[in-house]
Amino acid sequence: MEITPRGTVFSWRAALVLGAGLISIPVWVILASLTQPFGDIWQHLLDTVFRDYVVNSLILMVGVGVGTLVLGVSGAWLTSMCDFPGRKIFDWALLLPMAIPAYIIAYTYTGLLDFTGPLQSTLRETFAWGVGDYWFPQIRSLGGAITMLSLVLYPYVYLLVRVAFMEQSTAVLEASRSLGKSPWQTLFQVALPLARPAIAAGVSLALMESLADYGTVDYFGVSTFTTGIFRTWYGLGDLRTAAQLSSFLLLFVFLLIGLERWSRRRMRYHHHAAQNPPSRITLTGWRAAACFAFAFSIVFFAFLLPAAQLLLWALQNWQANFNAAFFTLVTNSFLLAAVAAVVCLLAALFLAYGKRLHPGKIEEAAVRVSSMGYALPGTVVAVGVLIPFAWFDNTLDAWLRDSFDVSSGLLLSGTLIALVFAYLVRFLSVSLQTVESGLLKIRPAIDESARSLGLTPASVLGKIHIPMLHGSLLTALLLVFVDVLKELPTTLILRPFNFNTLAVRTYELASDERLADAALPALAIVLIGLLPVILMTRTIGREPLMDEIRDNELALQ
Amino acid sequence: MTTAHRSSPWLMLAYATLLCTAGPLAYSATEVNVYSARKEALIKPLLDQFTQETGIAVNLVTAKGDALLTRLQREGRNSPADVLITTDAGRLYRAQEAGVLQPVFSEFLDAAIPAHLRSAEGYWYGLSVRARVFVYAKDRVKPAQLSSYQALAGPQWQHRVCIRSSSNIYNQSLVAGMLATQGADKTQAWLDDFVGSFARPPQGGDRDQVKAVAAGQCDVAVINSYYLGAMVDSTDDAEHGAAAKVALFWPNQDGRGTHINISGAGVTAAATHVSEATRLIEFLARDESQQWYAQINMEYPVRVDIAPSELLKSWGDFKADPLAMTELGKFNTAAVMAMDRAGWK
Repeated sequence: MEITPRGTVFSWRAALVLGAGLISIPVWVILASLTQPFGDIWQHLLDTVFRDYVVNSLILMVGVGVGTLVLGVSGAWLTSMCDFPGRKIFDWALLLPMAIPAYIIAYTYTGLLDFTGPLQSTLRETFAWGVGDYWFPQIRSLGGAITMLSLVLYPYVYLLVRVAFMEQSTAVLEASRSLGKSPWQTLFQVALPLARPAIAAGVSLALMESLADYGTVDYFGVSTFTTGIFRTWYGLGDLRTAAQLSSFLLLFVFLLIGLERWSRRRMRYHHHAAQNPPSRITLTGWRAAACFAFAFSIVFFAFLLPAAQLLLWALQNWQANFNAAFFTLVTNSFLLAAVAAVVCLLAALFLAYGKRLHPGKIEEAAVRVSSMGYALPGTVVAVGVLIPFAWFDNTLDAWLRDSFDVSSGLLLSGTLIALVFAYLVRFLSVSLQTVESGLLKIRPAIDESARSLGLTPASVLGKIHIPMLHGSLLTALLLVFVDVLKELPTTLILRPFNFNTLAVRTYELASDERLADAALPALAIVLIGLLPVILMTRTIGREPLMDEIRDNELALQ
Repeated sequence: MTTAHRSSPWLMLAYATLLCTAGPLAYSATEVNVYSARKEALIKPLLDQFTQETGIAVNLVTAKGDALLTRLQREGRNSPADVLITTDAGRLYRAQEAGVLQPVFSEFLDAAIPAHLRSAEGYWYGLSVRARVFVYAKDRVKPAQLSSYQALAGPQWQHRVCIRSSSNIYNQSLVAGMLATQGADKTQAWLDDFVGSFARPPQGGDRDQVKAVAAGQCDVAVINSYYLGAMVDSTDDAEHGAAAKVALFWPNQDGRGTHINISGAGVTAAATHVSEATRLIEFLARDESQQWYAQINMEYPVRVDIAPSELLKSWGDFKADPLAMTELGKFNTAAVMAMDRAGWK
């Protein structure tokens, strides 16, 4: 650091705090509700439904945490460390469920498994059972919600952990094996602890998303903290108490993330990157069959089955829905998701690198708060964006009217700028966690060598980190792209006039219980979501850029 | 900025990104901006018709009622919206209370729409009527066994009734109506018993309740009538089949009448196109539009002089509760609290 002129240090730091502060405004707007008096509604909530909200949300969180951990880590381990029939397909096929919005998978499974669905109806007819004569798992339940969310959220864990496994140096894993550890012991004692930042990042994304989920739990009739927030706002007509409830949700997530970071405060995760791709254990016989069956059933239940159901519905009356307006929806969704993904990536790179340059409590806190939007339900984020934007527009307008007798009207509110900003607030966490866990693995020694050779901080980022982070950056782009594609509530309330997306269309039809009509736009979301997944596949399919990383390291030595 | 630009938000984004801040938005005189809680598919055809006949372009944003209301409040006097359309009376009442609507004076609307289905001062007008009815399994229930919402809480109905969550606005309005007419104690007592009649935890939408009755999971369901209409007309065999196994019953015919709600509209306080906005609401209340509601969405016309569709006629005439819609809005919060206390999920 000594070689940097003070001015540069200051500007990076100031820009970091300022940028993070700007993105945090909506979160602060929501948190500001805590400074307002707590109304009588609170007493009512505490007396009646509050306990249900908290308990159900906690169960949901633990359930989805375990579910995504088991599915994601086992999938990542099998495809990165073992070889079995179909492994190369599962490499990418295990990512597919990410393209399905949670509420859509909930609709499809309800269609199949509900009491009135084809499966139970057939069972009743075949065995002449009546109501209550048999036991069948209730799909519309807390357990059902946990299953649905785990099925579509595990790819976060899979994706990040797999990259971590692939990048773990073979030397470490082989040392473990040569010291007599079995593959299982190597997994639990070496590989998993080393992959902990990636696991933590993946699972916390899944947890935040499940806490913010509204569509699935609402459809299943499960009362969670999120449904409580909306019931308080819509039903009780009390936006202030709803914002206060949201604030407590935020503080809780903040605490969880803090605890996780604190628990690994002394650990370092950068190690020599793998010189060779890890050698896979080739499985044969029943082991290979078991691995295949396991991986296949994940893909089958999380993707193939729901996608097939969507396709069946979509075919019922696709003629009515497949028209020019449909292509406008496709274009809107695609462009919006692409723009938002790039914006989120740039912001994440800037914040993550700034924090690496200047580790400090204020910087750390500023960045943490700026990425909290992910734990908030989309509609709440929208309100947090609506308030400051409208305030800015109206204040500017009032000033212009007073001073110059001209009106600027609403400059930013109700435009795509407000909407893209809302996506940044909501999904920054996704790109940030991905970029950060990538940066963690680059040894600070590399930065130091580069700086001592006279590179500025910006050129270290541009010439060294970005090429080395290639994989993480693509991952971050992909994750946000797919998330925005699926995003509903923020889009719904902030979008401009005459502007619809596939998700909005799907929701409007599905919430009107017109599932057959909703299936076509839903299927389109899934298909467009597949594009970047396929792109990613080509990157993670070949061994992740090890040559580039090695070249970079050699160049610096 | 012209109309062409407003319809292309992508251009807007591009401009702004290039820091060519899009200057003052001068709204063209021949357009009207609508915030609608009614979903696009259920309003757009009428709006298109309006544009075709009058040459007034309609710009539309759809979202949930309360979210639109918050957007209106925050945008304040600069809000581009001219008309707010909601799917229940409670939201219109809230909008009026929040001061985001302005009264309009229309002889046609005042004459055509019954007084209890509009605000007395002209802040909002009902445009279609939605009735909360019973459907029952034809093979297990005789219509003579059914009477009122109150009776559905009786011991003979224990674990036999399907109804959706109390987060649903039409259930909230149903209870709000009872609070307004029966008082808090009677309503609470009814709710406490009624929860015992549930055959399963509340879940799904209104069509799901009909399917559950058809499949035998419950014997009676409480739904909005237009869902049954949509199922009868459905191209989906399962839905059509389920609708064939049930029949409709008009509750409370010996009492105040069946509970109804409205979808409706009002002109916003910030409106810059007041006359176009008023014209649009008048258009939505005219004969052809009223028939459209009945034919396409199976709702009842808000005007008594318009005949409902053939299917609606086949369900017979019914007596509707004459309660002023405003009351549903006033009692909405109290209704949700009462349902919380009763443990209605």
